[in-house]
Amino acid sequence: MSLFLTPFLIRAALAGLGVALATAPLGVFVVWRRMAYFGDAVSHGALLGVALALAVQMPLLWGVLPVTLALALAVAALAGRGVAADTGLGVLAHGALALGLVAASWIPGLRGDLMAYLFGDILAVGTGDLIALATGVVVIWAIVRWRWPALLLSTIDADLAVASGIRPARERLILMAALALVVALALKIVGALLISALLIIPAASARPWARSPERMVAVAIVLGALSALGGLALAVLADSPAAPTIVSVAVALFALSHMAGALRGGRS
Amino acid sequence: MNLLEIQGLAVRLDGRLVLHDVDMQVAAGEIVTIVGPNGSGKSTLLRTIIGAVRPEAGRVWLKPGLRIGYVPQKLRLERTLPLSVRRFLDLPRRVGARAAEEALAKAGAAGLGGRQIADLSGGQVQRVLLARALLNRPELLLLDEATQGLDQPAAANFYTRIEEVRRELGCAVLMVSHELHVVMAASDRVICLNGHVCCAGRPEQVADAPEYRALFGAGTGGALALYRHEHTHSHDEPGEVPE
Repeated sequence: MSLFLTPFLIRAALAGLGVALATAPLGVFVVWRRMAYFGDAVSHGALLGVALALAVQMPLLWGVLPVTLALALAVAALAGRGVAADTGLGVLAHGALALGLVAASWIPGLRGDLMAYLFGDILAVGTGDLIALATGVVVIWAIVRWRWPALLLSTIDADLAVASGIRPARERLILMAALALVVALALKIVGALLISALLIIPAASARPWARSPERMVAVAIVLGALSALGGLALAVLADSPAAPTIVSVAVALFALSHMAGALRGGRS
Repeated sequence: MNLLEIQGLAVRLDGRLVLHDVDMQVAAGEIVTIVGPNGSGKSTLLRTIIGAVRPEAGRVWLKPGLRIGYVPQKLRLERTLPLSVRRFLDLPRRVGARAAEEALAKAGAAGLGGRQIADLSGGQVQRVLLARALLNRPELLLLDEATQGLDQPAAANFYTRIEEVRRELGCAVLMVSHELHVVMAASDRVICLNGHVCCAGRPEQVADAPEYRALFGAGTGGALALYRHEHTHSHDEPGEVPE
């Protein structure tokens, strides 16, 4: 058991919990608004930010955050212009990934570390990363709490929101900025390829157990945390890569949750 | 007193000129119905009034501080979003339990508060939307094809409900509809829209207008005949139904 109490595992567990807390309140919107591809586009593009940060020797977050923010705004603008959302985002998501990989190959120190940025390295999380993550969690919760009713109503029906004096375009921008922040924070922990999995899967798994939007966030946090801790433990025991194991556990919980929901006669 | 005045309005959506040269107004307390074929810009007109669409030209004036209640064509709620009727009424501002109950009762949705919106029938959702629109005691109620997808008794029921609401709140109603005969009978004024206002006036005037007949053709003759038939006699005194 002492294996699980080593400092790096404790830090990893805290990082996993932090990611669960940060992704849940935004993940539900990604599910409700069918923005899965948006998460992909922004997180894949984050690789470009990594290359940028390393090229000019900046702290990672300062390279990644501007890139994810810029991508989020670009996607928002594209969606506003009525480009078929699905196709446009598909192009952006994969384009961003490809470009990020190409850019990464030009940075001498990055080639070897590429796997760490694609799949994260939760076992290498340091105290500084944890502080950044904790700050990010507070900021994200502050944003979501501040905009919650407006964000919800804009998600339910944009015209109803307008008629109530809300500007849906502004709310969407705020949501996208918060998503860009989550991606930047989680990049080092779960990696560019799997961030959107953690946005979507716990939120989607929470659906059968929720009769209110707030409750769906709460259940998503619990399921996200279970996935993170369970995945981490399994990864240590089975000597498998941490982030993919975490996502696998999340997927297993998703399947269980919807099966149980169907058995109970609930909605799925 | 006018609540709403529109002058020379033009709206372009995706490069297509959907509305042009639209002039209209709505006075306090009147029921105005917009009729017109599909794609004639009816919904766009309402969406421009609430501010969801930016006009390309012209002017939309609302009485300062005007309280608007808007009922969209339908609510496309994602099934992934769990939401009870009561919680829906709390968006964006929380309302008291009594105000919520009253609004639901007025809209004919009493007792639905605890239900999930995703589980409601189309007609129930329409009534919940109406209840939400009534919450801030609107001076102007905007209804966009509110009875689309309802069967005829349900639609007639809904319009009766609207007239009751108008009587109780004294609000003006501006609605878009397809149900020509029901709507024409229930309206003070009818505006026939087809990109522009082709004719407007009291229901019987519009029904006689050549522009209206050109748009709706002979297919509605029966309904209009029925409408005229009902209104050739006075409602105040019992009289013989004309043969």
